[in-house]
Amino acid sequence: MLGLLFITFIIGRVMPVDPVLSIVGESASKETYDAAYKAIGLDKPLIVQFATYIWDVITGDFGVSLLNARPVADDIKRVFPATLELATLGTLIGVFVGVPLGVIAAVKRGSWIDQIARVLALVGYSMPIFWLGLVSLLVFYGILGWVGGPGRVGIFYVDIVPEVTGMILVDSILDRNWEVFRDALSHIILPALLLGYYSLAYISRMTRSFMLEQLSSEYITTARVKGLSERAVIWRHALGNIKVQLITVIALSYAGLLEGSVLTEIIFAWPGIGSYITTALLSADMNAVMGGTVVVGLVFVCLNIFSDLLYKYFDPRAK
Amino acid sequence: MINLKPILAGAVLALATGMTALPAVAETPANMLVIANRIDDITTLDPAQSFEFAGSDVSRNVYGKLVNFDPLDLTAGYQPDLAESWTVSEDGRTITFTMREGVTFHSGNPVTAADAEYSLRRVIILNKTPAFILTQFGFTPENVSKTIVADGNTLSITTDKRYATSFVLNCLTATIGGIVDMKTVMEHEVDGDMGNTWLATNTAGSGAYSVQSWKPNESVTLVSNPDFYLGAPAMERVIVRHIQESATQRLLLEQGDIDVARNLNPEDISGITGVDGVDVDSELRGRLMYISLNQAHPVLSKPEVREAIKYLIDYEGMQDSFLRGQYTIHQNFLPATYLGAIDDAPYSLNVDRAKELLAAAGVEGLEIEVGVREAQERIEIAQSFQNTMALAGIKVNITVGTAKQILGRYRARELDVYLGAWGPDYPDPHTNAGTFAYNPDNSSEAGATGLLAWRNAWDTGGLTEMTAAAVVEGDRDVRAQMYGDIQRKFLEISPFAVMFQKIEQTGRRNNVQNLGLGGAITAVSYWPVTK
Repeated sequence: MLGLLFITFIIGRVMPVDPVLSIVGESASKETYDAAYKAIGLDKPLIVQFATYIWDVITGDFGVSLLNARPVADDIKRVFPATLELATLGTLIGVFVGVPLGVIAAVKRGSWIDQIARVLALVGYSMPIFWLGLVSLLVFYGILGWVGGPGRVGIFYVDIVPEVTGMILVDSILDRNWEVFRDALSHIILPALLLGYYSLAYISRMTRSFMLEQLSSEYITTARVKGLSERAVIWRHALGNIKVQLITVIALSYAGLLEGSVLTEIIFAWPGIGSYITTALLSADMNAVMGGTVVVGLVFVCLNIFSDLLYKYFDPRAK
Repeated sequence: MINLKPILAGAVLALATGMTALPAVAETPANMLVIANRIDDITTLDPAQSFEFAGSDVSRNVYGKLVNFDPLDLTAGYQPDLAESWTVSEDGRTITFTMREGVTFHSGNPVTAADAEYSLRRVIILNKTPAFILTQFGFTPENVSKTIVADGNTLSITTDKRYATSFVLNCLTATIGGIVDMKTVMEHEVDGDMGNTWLATNTAGSGAYSVQSWKPNESVTLVSNPDFYLGAPAMERVIVRHIQESATQRLLLEQGDIDVARNLNPEDISGITGVDGVDVDSELRGRLMYISLNQAHPVLSKPEVREAIKYLIDYEGMQDSFLRGQYTIHQNFLPATYLGAIDDAPYSLNVDRAKELLAAAGVEGLEIEVGVREAQERIEIAQSFQNTMALAGIKVNITVGTAKQILGRYRARELDVYLGAWGPDYPDPHTNAGTFAYNPDNSSEAGATGLLAWRNAWDTGGLTEMTAAAVVEGDRDVRAQMYGDIQRKFLEISPFAVMFQKIEQTGRRNNVQNLGLGGAITAVSYWPVTK
C-alpha cells in the first residue's frame, strides 16, 4: 500500500499539469496564485508533503479536493457505492451465466454450444465497450424502451430513499420502497449486463479450460466406472475440484470491475469511482486521485484476503 | 457444494422484473426543468470565488446583484436589480445606489444596503481569482471601509479615479457582484473565512432559486424561491445533470427524459434536426479563436507580412467544414453582443493578394513555428493554417503541447505564432480591449504577461491611449463609438488575426419556452422559463 501511494504521489508531482493553475484559472493575479500555492502546501519539500499525506490517510483524512474544496472522503463515500453496486451485479451475472456456460462448453466440447460460447467470449473480448454500450442503449432504451436511460434512477426518484449504504438497490429494499427499487433496477440492468457480459467472457473461457483439465483426469473415469450419474460427476466432482481456481478468476474479474469501468460510467452517466478518478486526474486534483487510489488498493487487498479465506474453507489441504 | 438453484432462480426473477419495469416517461413534469450539461468545471458556489461557466449558470439564478441583465432583452444592457436606481457624483468617482425595498433573502432576512456593502467588501478582502474584476477600480482590503459604504438605504462605491459608469456597472453584473445574506453567511464563518468554506457548497441569496443539492460531477438541483421579487418562477425545480457524452444527451432528449441538452456535437445536432418535439437553438458565446504574430520576430513585425497572413487564413473553409455549428466568422476583438461590438470582416482567403504583399516586403523562404494546445479543434485550425500558408511559400511548423507548456512559452514571448482562444472575463468591452489593444509598457522588463498585446511584443500603435480614453468616457453611446474606432484600426494594424466566435448549439424540447442561455455576456436564466 505504501509503495502504491508513493508511486501515485510521485506521478502526481511530475505531471505536466499545474494544479494551482487549474484552481485559480489563467487570469488570476500573482498574489491569488501564490496564496493558493501555499494553501495546498506545494511550497514545502516533497518528502514533507508525502509524510504529511501518509499521516493524514492513516488518521482517516484524505484531505479536501483541490478543486471543489469538499472532503475527498465524502466524495468517495458517494461514488464508490455506485461502482460497488454495478460491479457486484455485473459479476453476479458473469458468474451465474459464465460458469455454467463454461462447464457445458467443456463437457460438450466441439458441439454447437461450445462454438456459441467461443464466439460469445471472443466478441466479449474484442468488442469496444464504448460502442457496445451506445448501441445497447440505443436499442433497449431508445427504440424498445425496455429499460431506464442513463443515470442511476429517473429524476422522479432522486433522493427519495434515505441513504444507508449508498447503493440505491439496497437502500430501497431497506426502505421497502419497491417503486424506487424497480426504477433503479431498470436503470442498472443495462450497464450491469454489459459489464456482466465482459466478465462472463473471461469467466466462461477460464471455466472451460479448468474443466477440460479435470474431465481428462483419472478420478473422473473412476467416478464414472463407479456408476455415478453423469450429472454428479460433472457438477459435483469436476466442478468441485476447480472451485479454488475459479475463486481466483472471479475475484480478479470482480476487482477489475470495482476499479470502475470509466467508459461504461461515462456512457451511462453513472457517477462511479472510475470517472471520479479520471476527472480528478485530468484536473490535477491530486488529493482526489490519491484518495481514489487508496480505496481501489484497499479493495484489492480485501478481495485477496477474502479469496484466501475462501480457499481455506473449500480446500481441505489449506487448513 | 453450494446449491446454486435458488440463487439462480432469484437472479432470473430479478432480471425479469427489471426487464418488465417500464417507467418509460414520455415527458418531464410541467413544473420541472431537467437539463443535461457538463458541470465538472464547478469548483465552488461562492460568488466571490466562482469563475467557471457551469458555476455562473448556478450563481445567476441564485444571487441578485445591484444591476443585472434582463434575460429576455440582453441588448438593453445592465438594468436595475437589487438597486432600484443610482446617481453618479460630479467627479465621476462615486456611484450611489438606492436599494429596492421589500426584497428578502431565501432565509427571510431583508436585503439591505449593509448586505451589499458586506458582499462587495468580502470580494475584495477574500481576493479570490475573479476579484480583479473589482480591484481594478482601486479597491483594496485596506480602503474598503472608506470606498464601499452603506448608509441607510443607500450604498456608495468610490473608485480610485474616474471610470466610465458603464464600465463599473457592467463589472457589477458579473458573478462576483452577487449579493449574499450577511447574517446567514456570518453564522457559518470558520476561522475568519467570511463564510467562504460554507458558501462553497451552500447558497444564501435572494434570487429566483436556491441550491438544494450539488453533487460534483453528478447533479445540481435548484428549487424555486416563491417570494422572488419578480414573481415566483414557473419551474419549481431545476435539475442539471452531468452527462458527459453527447450521444447519451441526445438519447435522453429524444426520449423526453430531459428538456434541454447543452453539449451536443455537430453530428448529434444534425441528427436531432427535424425530429418531432425537439428544437435546436444557436447562441453566440464570448469565446474568440485567434492567431497572433510575435512582433519581436524580424519578419513577422513587417506591416505587409502581418496583413498578408490575415489573407492566408481560410476563414470560410473552416467555418463550413470542421467548425460548422461551433464557431462563426468574427474578426474583431469584441464578441458580437458586447457594447461597442462591430461586425466588419474584411479578410478572406486571398493567396494572390498575400503573395503581392509578401513580395513588396521582400520576404522569401520564411519558416515559422506556431504553438497550439492539445485540443482537437485548435489543432485542426493549425493544420488548415499550415496548408494555406504553404500556398504562399511560408513553411509553418506546428508545436502541440499541454496548456502549461504552450502558455508558458507564449507568456515568455517565445513563440513566433500563437493559435488559441480568448474568453472575456466580465461583460464590459474593456475586458478584451484592455488586453488586445492595451500595452502601456512594451519592454520585456515590464513583464505584463496578462496582456495579450505584451505577450506578442506589440506596442499597439496608439491604441493604448484610445483604450484608456474609452474606459473613462461617461456617455455610454459615445463610448460604444470609441470601441468601434479602436477595432477598425486594430483590424488594420494589429498582429492579431481574430478568426471566429463561439456558437453554442442546444437541443430543447419544443414545449420549453423562454430559456435564455445568456449570450456572450452572461449566464443562463431559468426564472422566465415556461412549459
